Amino acid sequence: MTALLEVTNINKRFGGVHAVHNLSLTVADGEILGLIGPNGAGKSTVFNVINGVYPPDQGRVVFKGQDITGEAPYRIARRGVARAHQIVQPLASMTVLENCTVGACFGQANLPLGRARAVVHEAAEIVGLTDRLDHLAGQLTTAGKKRLELARALSARPELLLLDEVLAGLNPTEIERMIVVIRRIRDRGIAILMIEHVMHAIMSLSDRVVVLNLGSKLAEGTPQAVTRNPDVITAYLGEAEPTAASEAI
Amino acid sequence: MSVQQSSDALTQVVATRNQERHGLIVNIFRQPFTWLIAFAGVVFAVLPVWGDNVQLRESLLLAAVYVTLASNLNIILGYAGYVNFGNIVFFGLGGYVCIYLVSEWQWPLAAAALIAGVSVSLLALLFGLGILRLRGAFFALATIGVNEAIKAFVSNFEPWGGAAGIYLSLDVYEPLGGPGQALWIVYFLIVAAMTVSLFLSYAIKSSKFGLGLLAIGENEDAAAVLGINTPRYKALAYSISAFLPAIVGGLYFFKTGIIEPGGAFDLTRSIEAIVMVMLGGIGSVTGAAVGAFLYEELRGVLLTTEAFSHFQLVIAGLLLLGIVLFAPGGLMGFVYRRWPRTRRLLQ
Repeated sequence: MTALLEVTNINKRFGGVHAVHNLSLTVADGEILGLIGPNGAGKSTVFNVINGVYPPDQGRVVFKGQDITGEAPYRIARRGVARAHQIVQPLASMTVLENCTVGACFGQANLPLGRARAVVHEAAEIVGLTDRLDHLAGQLTTAGKKRLELARALSARPELLLLDEVLAGLNPTEIERMIVVIRRIRDRGIAILMIEHVMHAIMSLSDRVVVLNLGSKLAEGTPQAVTRNPDVITAYLGEAEPTAASEAI
Repeated sequence: MSVQQSSDALTQVVATRNQERHGLIVNIFRQPFTWLIAFAGVVFAVLPVWGDNVQLRESLLLAAVYVTLASNLNIILGYAGYVNFGNIVFFGLGGYVCIYLVSEWQWPLAAAALIAGVSVSLLALLFGLGILRLRGAFFALATIGVNEAIKAFVSNFEPWGGAAGIYLSLDVYEPLGGPGQALWIVYFLIVAAMTVSLFLSYAIKSSKFGLGLLAIGENEDAAAVLGINTPRYKALAYSISAFLPAIVGGLYFFKTGIIEPGGAFDLTRSIEAIVMVMLGGIGSVTGAAVGAFLYEELRGVLLTTEAFSHFQLVIAGLLLLGIVLFAPGGLMGFVYRRWPRTRRLLQ
């Protein structure tokens, strides 16, 4: 497998806060990489650096072999990186269809208006929003808005999908459905980098997991290996009996 | 809405590449709303001719000017969500360029007005790339700054007559068949500009460009992450929204025969244009037009009524307050909610 995304030694400071410290990670073609860590570990900042919301202070972001460090978000979107936000960002007074059409028309797919519809329908089908295409985005439920984030990102036909806590705020049934949806997306060959706090989801979905703590990489490996890593357990729970801790995670 | 309609029609056709590119425009011509716009233009043009009603013509001329200003303001305010408080600068500057070309260089009116539109549009593009980096209140303040700065510049710019402005001699009306006929020609040109404005507003709203603007208006950061080149889109919208107001400014001041900084860059008119868009319904093509027309008629009544003649702006202010507080969707917002089907017919 070749690397689709290579992040090398990125650093990002906000005033005195060293949000991301010398972080490197790679996402291979068709891979699901989980990014986990306690609150404030710098996970969302990593996403913001990757998709150009903030330029990194140091380090490089390479996507499909091209250096995209510090490029504007819209350019990076065009190159094939789509994102579902942690705090949902619906275009509230536009319909679900129009929201997704924006994704299809301006993302990597870059379609003319007339051809967006088929793509949007496909994306809506995958996430299960087909029956709500004419609803206003602002009137969807939380779960609906999360799905919309995903459908809109998918409509862009990206090669890399950044999922920022798409499961947060969903009930167990909705989480199970969403896990199926994410698997379906991966089966279409789209690589996924996901931040998630719902551990059983990330453990069952991810091929590999990177653990962040206080802006630095704490551990990396298969989900099973990472959960047994004593450093990880300490970061999450403080000093504790390893067996009890891995249960809790 | 239109996005859906156009894609509906297009997916049915096994479209060739060429049809895909032009499909949207063709589709617009098939829409009833396009014909409604054309109909409104014809009504404006024909009504005063009927019975040679000069008084009605003058009233409709002002209405057409305001519909043009409001419709174009709607592109940046209603679609992209940027409050352009200094929108009148396009009108005033267009007026100056046109009047200068006509009076000093003896250009024909049509050519002068067109050059006014193009040059002001280009200038707006330049300004737009700068001030559209600002958001919200800061952008609104910057647009006022642009208007005031240009007003101050023109007031001190001797070739344009400085603070006294430029007076047109009656000779300039001769090529159009004398002042009487010239007024009619100017009226028809302004009505044409109004009709084109409405059509342009509609065409933009139904296009990919318009979709991008609407997305920016909803949530600019999300729009950028979705792949919209927000700086370019905003600057283009700002520039496009300058073109027809500048032309109409040229025609209007050609009609009045005098242009001076106070009248050309009158901030009150800017604010009135915003009231019109808000009154009719922000982001709605019909709304901007209807709002402008109603406001203009209301203003006419107020100005000619003894008791209100000094309170016209007070009324405008109260109107704006009322809309913002109680009916943020304006008139069309109410209509769309009451009769959802009208959303399609009356864009």
